[in-house]
This record gives sequence, structure tokens and C-alpha cells, in this order.
Amino acid sequence: MNRELKRVSLVIFVMFLSLFVATTTIQIVAADSLSQDPNNVRSAYDSYKTQRGAILVDGQPIAESEKSDDVYQYLRVYKNQMYSAVTGFFSLYQGSTGIESAMGSYLTGKNSSQFFEQISALLSGNPVQGASVELTIDPFVQKAAWDALGKMKGAVVALDPTTGNILAFVSKPAIDANLLAVHSGVQSNDNYAAMLADENGPLLNRAANELYAPGSVFKVIMATAALESGQYTKDSVFPNPPKFQLPGTNVFVQNSGEGKCGGKPTVSIADALRFSCNVPMAQLGIALGQDRIRQQAELFGFGKKVKYPMTSTASVYPENMDDAQVGLSAFGQYDVRSNPLQMAMVSAAIANQGVLMTPNLVENVLSSNLSVLAQPKPSIFSQPMSKETAQAVKEMMIGAVSRGVSGNARVKDVEVAGKTGTAQNGKGEPYTLWFTGFAPANNPQVAVAVVIADGGGQGQGGVGNSLAAPVARKVIEAVLRK
Amino acid sequence: MSNTASILIPKIVRVIPRNRNIEAMLLIFAIGLNAFELAQIQLSVLEVLTIDLFTYWLPPAIISFAIHMILRRRASEADPMILPIAVVLNGLGLAMIYRLDLAAIANGSTELFAFKQVIWTIVAMAVAAAVIIYVPSHLFLRRYVYVSMAIGIALLLAPNLPVIGRSINGARLWVGIGPLTFQPGELAKIALTVFFAGYLVTRRESLALTGRKVLGLRIPRARELGPILVIWAASLLVLILQRDLGTSLLYFGLFIVLVYVATGRAIYVVVGLAMFLTGALVASRFMGYVSGRIDAWLNPFTPENYEAVGGSYQLAQGIFGLAHGNLLGTGLGGGIPQLVPLAESDFIIASLGEELGLIGMFAILALYLLFVARGLRIGFNHPDDFSKLLATGLAFVVALQCFIVIGGVTRVVPLTGLTTPLLAAGGSSLIANWIIVGLLLRISDSIGGGDKSTNHEVSR
Repeated sequence: MNRELKRVSLVIFVMFLSLFVATTTIQIVAADSLSQDPNNVRSAYDSYKTQRGAILVDGQPIAESEKSDDVYQYLRVYKNQMYSAVTGFFSLYQGSTGIESAMGSYLTGKNSSQFFEQISALLSGNPVQGASVELTIDPFVQKAAWDALGKMKGAVVALDPTTGNILAFVSKPAIDANLLAVHSGVQSNDNYAAMLADENGPLLNRAANELYAPGSVFKVIMATAALESGQYTKDSVFPNPPKFQLPGTNVFVQNSGEGKCGGKPTVSIADALRFSCNVPMAQLGIALGQDRIRQQAELFGFGKKVKYPMTSTASVYPENMDDAQVGLSAFGQYDVRSNPLQMAMVSAAIANQGVLMTPNLVENVLSSNLSVLAQPKPSIFSQPMSKETAQAVKEMMIGAVSRGVSGNARVKDVEVAGKTGTAQNGKGEPYTLWFTGFAPANNPQVAVAVVIADGGGQGQGGVGNSLAAPVARKVIEAVLRK
Repeated sequence: MSNTASILIPKIVRVIPRNRNIEAMLLIFAIGLNAFELAQIQLSVLEVLTIDLFTYWLPPAIISFAIHMILRRRASEADPMILPIAVVLNGLGLAMIYRLDLAAIANGSTELFAFKQVIWTIVAMAVAAAVIIYVPSHLFLRRYVYVSMAIGIALLLAPNLPVIGRSINGARLWVGIGPLTFQPGELAKIALTVFFAGYLVTRRESLALTGRKVLGLRIPRARELGPILVIWAASLLVLILQRDLGTSLLYFGLFIVLVYVATGRAIYVVVGLAMFLTGALVASRFMGYVSGRIDAWLNPFTPENYEAVGGSYQLAQGIFGLAHGNLLGTGLGGGIPQLVPLAESDFIIASLGEELGLIGMFAILALYLLFVARGLRIGFNHPDDFSKLLATGLAFVVALQCFIVIGGVTRVVPLTGLTTPLLAAGGSSLIANWIIVGLLLRISDSIGGGDKSTNHEVSR
């Protein structure tokens, strides 16, 4: 019998060997790929185990993790929808966006700057706590922008031109991020599906990740390019016919509202900006050439993704255009596309004497024991123009608000520099309405850009000055505490 | 003079119970380990040590030491490793069940298992002590071979009786009276092992030597194949009536191995396995749950299996848990084993693998392997054929059950409804496995020729 017993022992040994191999395969060999399986909630759960840091505005949390009595221990709570474009969301099932994503490593306490905290946490057995992120947002300005947009779809970005700090960052309609942060997968998925299906696009970040035809606000870049070329001053003049035939086509460019643009045989660049005339701009564009204009636009940030620290969608100045297309693009039509963050940067550069500061949302990062882990310093993004050009363009923009067609941005006792835009999106399509500018003109404290999509609900009835400029005025008043 | 000598000699034998001293050392280590596990869990989950620690630590500790003292008196030559291994595994299981209870309490659940488990542990250890005390020699079991058969069959079929039979999670393996449920199949495996051992001892000659030779193979006569056919049919009956592949495989595998050990004829293994596989395959064709289990086993992560009712959700979650444990584990109390359904019973090995890591899994498997090896060693060294078969059968049934359950969780074989010996929550399983512990201890004491403990009594 013992011979048989030996063989049975061998069989048992092989059986156990297969168990050893199987557990090794699961726990070591396939462990990484298993941890990434979408059905595996353990990784997500791990990220909930540490108390995620709060996102603060003016010391007050706009997003924080509160104790919950389920397996996830902490529930992410968002205090106010007006910040949803800033915070983004943090969801077990939909991932994360916004600051929640861009500053995720700090918020979860996994950033390498928290190395010593991680070591002491390992030794003490207490989980490392996430760091909190304080934003540059001014809640008063944020609320003014949020309220001013009302029910319109659109976005507002306000910058401090001297530092690049973002004072307001609003996109409407917004989401209630709490609906995605719920721990029930069914609820979270249903809510997300409803947001995706909503034709108003509440999940879109219109402030930095949607692109719109800029229309006449692009003329600010044209004026800068003209002056920077050295061939023009703000008083250089162009012929001023009521219609201008685009080279090689039967298409005629007209001034908006069939305006006469001063009604004289010639018109200066300054007046073209003040009255927002298309005819002289088309001629200027063709005369400057697309390479010259693109160079200027790229100095302002076109073609680049800006990290603020989220990542913007790059604005577009098209390549390989013919003269007719260059003419159209000169007043922000054809395939030129931009977003409020970009247009606020344009105004900020002009306001800051030609020096463009990198936009930034993060004031500082504080660890749970309140030591500063990071404090971004203002940094220069580029110098798109000389001080002289900045001064000249500023004067033109002051004219546009004080004596031109952008008058609704006027603020009592404050000199405002700005430019409106009303971009066409094709026959019968509602306009895209714009304003960008800064104030006070001689001591700029804020550069602002406003976009209103879908004609602000008025189809082709509204223009930049009627809908976008008043929003910018509210924001400027809020910054100056008027 | 001669009087003093006759007193001295047994005294010398009693004074050096070497095995018992080894056992005492190992037992102290085992009990200490159990205390350490409970303390780690409390510190990790509750952040304080509470009096509950003693509730789950002291009773098993005291009773296992009582068993040790009983062995010193009644079976001083018994194997020294079996008891400590059983105590470690039982304690580890209890600690994990307590840890899952803490998670359940935190989630507001009132379905708790640890207190029940500690009561069952006390009962099961007491039963093991009773086996050691009241089964004076395991040979006395030989007298009850056919009684064992009757008991075994009755226990096997009990879940199919009306009124008391219960179905849980699709498998009809339980009997219940009021709130108490019991898995009689766990005890049936012992009764059947006794029966198989006793039956085969008497029939091994005829099974081994009869039959015509065809192509060099000795084909058994139909008469000798009869009992195999009966057991095969019974196993398939279990599969069909109780809807559990694991239980069915356990009994049949046990029988085939004992037939092989008794007769030394591999043909029985070949024929037996072929018959079982054929039966199982045919059954899987006609029974949706078997093919469902096999499908879930082969593709646990595909949505159609993962999301199906009774599909691979549990299996996949268990594997995620194991993967989460990685090499070192999350530490007791540091993981989330409660995400797996039945984490305290069928999937306790996944819970332990998550928190103790691959290292812990290897340690647990090594403990089982050592336990089984001690059992086989008893069979190997025992002079008596019945004892050989009984010890081998008991050891093999533990080994096969480990393989089927842990292999089910780790996707070596399809998942079935057996319990992990000594670890999993459940009274029937604990009692059955502690009886196995008691029997192995009792058999091992008699290896050195005859019944020493009885000899001592006589000489005194």
C-alpha cells in the first residue's frame, strides 16, 4: 500500500502546486492588469481611503470630503454650482476633471512633495491626508460673472493682468458635481448619461475647452499685428468703400449693419477698431499676410494648450489660406476659433504693457499640517508686443468703449478698454457674442473675456455690445468693488 | 525491589512524552499568533484594543490546551503537529470572520458571524476532545463500517428530505430546523471515509487480484465493479439532486483514491475518472447551472458572465481582492474583503489572500499541505491496513476539499459550494474537520505497534 500512498502524495503535491501557481499568477503576475479592470472598484476605493484635500476659495471650501458611513468613508461634496467649471468633478465611476484632476496628486496626498508625510504615515499607520488647494478665484467676482450671465449659455474668464491669476472662471450651464460624486454607481451613471444627453451641454467647459468664432474681438490681434509689423501706426489709413470684393471671388465684405465706418473716403486703424469695421480690416489682413498675423496670434497663445493648471484647448488661426480667406479671418470669421481664456490673455497682455503672464488658478497648496507644499509664482508666458504697441492698442480699445460701438462696457468714473464681437456661424445660425477688455485702463486690475453662445437666446437679434459687454461691465465693477 | 521497578518503568515512559512537549511549544506559538491577529485587526479597524479580543481568543486557547492535556494522558504518542496547525487555521479563520464583522457593523449590517463561529469552535473542539477520550482505539470504528455507511448515506440524502431540506445559493446541501442550519455532507464525508476504509480492507484482495487479463490489463469482474458503479451513481445523484459539483467530486475522488491505495490498481482510477468526467459532462449538458459555472470559470470578466444573476461576479470580485493583496497584502484590517459576497465562508481564502498577500496565501497553503502530509505519514507508518486507509482517506478528503475550494476561488477548477476546512464560517464544517483532527490524533497514537495508551493503563 505504501507505494500507492507515495503516488497519492505526489498527486496531492501537484494539486497544491497548482494552487501555488494560480495564486502567484493572480496576486503578482496579473495583479496590475486586474487592478485596472473597470469592474474593480478597489483602486477607486483606495483613493477614497485617505481624506481627499479640500479645494478652497478665499479660505472657504468649495469642494471637500465629508465622512460618509459607507465603505468609501468619505463623500466628495460640492458647495456651489458656480464653481463647477473650476473644480470639475471627482467620481468613482466617471473619473475626474477640472482642479480635481489637475491637482489630483496633491489632493490625494500622493504628490512627491508629500514624501515625508507619506513615510511618517507609513510608520504611524495613519493614512496620509490629502493637501488642500487654495485658488486665486475671487468669490465676489465669480458670483458677479455667474449672475451676470443669467440664463445665457456662455463663459467668463477674468484675469489679473499683472500676475496671470484667474479671478473668475465661469461656464454656463453648469453641473451639480454632487450628482456624479454619489457612491451609487447606478445613480452616478444615470446622472452622467442625463448630463451627456442634455442639449444645453452642461458638461462643456466653455471658458477654456470650447472653441468659438471670435468675430470682431480678433481685430484687437489684427491691430497689434499691424503695429508690431512696423509698417503701420494706429493712424494709418485704408480706403473706405461700402463694400470690398474679396480677391478671386464674387464675395463682398460689408461693415456690420451696412455701416459706413465714419463715412469718409479713408479710415484709420483706430477708427476701424472703434467702429468695428470689416472692410478696412479685410484689407489690412491681406496686406499683412497670414504668416505675420499667425505669428502675432501665436505669441498671444493661439495654437498652444495652456496649463492653468488644467489644460485649455488651443485656439486656431487657420493655415494655408488664400487671400479671400485671410481677408475673412481678419475680422474673426472663416475658420478662426478661440475661447474666453485665450481672449482674456490677449487683453491681459495689452493691459500689462505687452507682457503676457501665464494664467493660473492655484494660489497655493497646503498640507494637512498647513505647511506650504506649492505656491506657483507669476510667470511670463510671452511678450507678444512692445510697450509702445501695447499703449497704442490700449488707446484704440479705450476709444471703442468710450466713443465707439462697445459702449455698454462703460463703468462710471473708470476708463475701460475693450472690444466687442458678434460672430456669424452660418446662415440662420445664432450669433456668438463676445467682449474682451480690461480696466482701469491706466492701472489695469482685471482683464476679462466674455463669450455668449447661441446668440444668448436671441438668435441673430443680439450683438456683443448688447449682451456680452454688460456682463463684462458687471465683472469689472465687481473687481473694482463698485 | 521488583515492586519499585515495575512502578519506575511506566514512569519513565510517562516522563518523556517528547511529542507532547513539541506540541506544547507549537501550541503556545499558535495561540500567540491568534492573539496577534486579533490585536492587529482591532488596532487597524477600531484603533483600540477591546475586551472582545478575549472573547475570540481565550475560549479556543483554553480548550486547545485542554485537548493538549488530554493527549498527554490518553494519547501521548499522537502526532505533535496536527493540533497546532488546526488551532492556527481555526484561529486565523475566526480572526478574519471577526474582521469582516467589524466591517459589517461599520456598514450598519446586523448579520454577524464571529460570535457564532467562536461558539462553534468551542463545540467542535469539545467534540474533538470527546473523540480522543471516548474512541479508545480507532479500530473500534471497524465494528461500525456498515453503520457508518448507513449514517453516511442518510446524512448525504438529508438535504433532499422534505421539510428539513434547505437550498442556499442554488445548492441543496443544508438541513434546517428553525433558524439553525446544518450541512450534513460535511459529516457524511467522515462516515463515508470510515465505510470506504472498512469495506476496502475486507474486499481489497478480490478487487486487486480478480479479473481477466486483456492486452496486459487486468479488467475487474463486474462483481468488483459493482460498488464503484454504486458510488459513481450516488455521486451523480448528489450532483443532480443537490446541484453541487464540488461535493459530488469530493466523495467520488475520495473513493477512487482509497480504492487505488487499497488495491494498487491504476485501472480503477482511470475508469473512475473517465466515468465521473463523462457523467459530469452529460450533466452539464442538461443542467444549466453546471454549464453556467463552467462558463463563469473560463470567462469571469466578460460582461455577460459578470453581470448574469449567479454569474461570475463573486469569482471576479474574489480575484480582484486577491490581486489587491499583491505580495505582502494590505495587512489584517487594511483591505476591503467585504466587497466579495460570502467573504466569510466560501470566499474566506480570498479575504485572507487580500489582507495577508501572496506570502500569507503560501503560508496557509503550506499549513494545509503540512496537515495533509502528517495525515499521510500516519497512513504510511501505520502497521494496520484499516488504519492506513482511514488516515489516508481523512487526509485526502482535507486535501481534495482544499483543492476544490481554493482552486475554485483561484480559477484552477470551476467554483463550487464546499467550505475551506477549519477557516470558513460554519458549524458543520468546523465540527467535521475537528472530528478529523481528533481521529488523526487517535490513529497516530497507535502507530508504534498496538495501543500504547491502553498498555500504560494495563501496566499500571
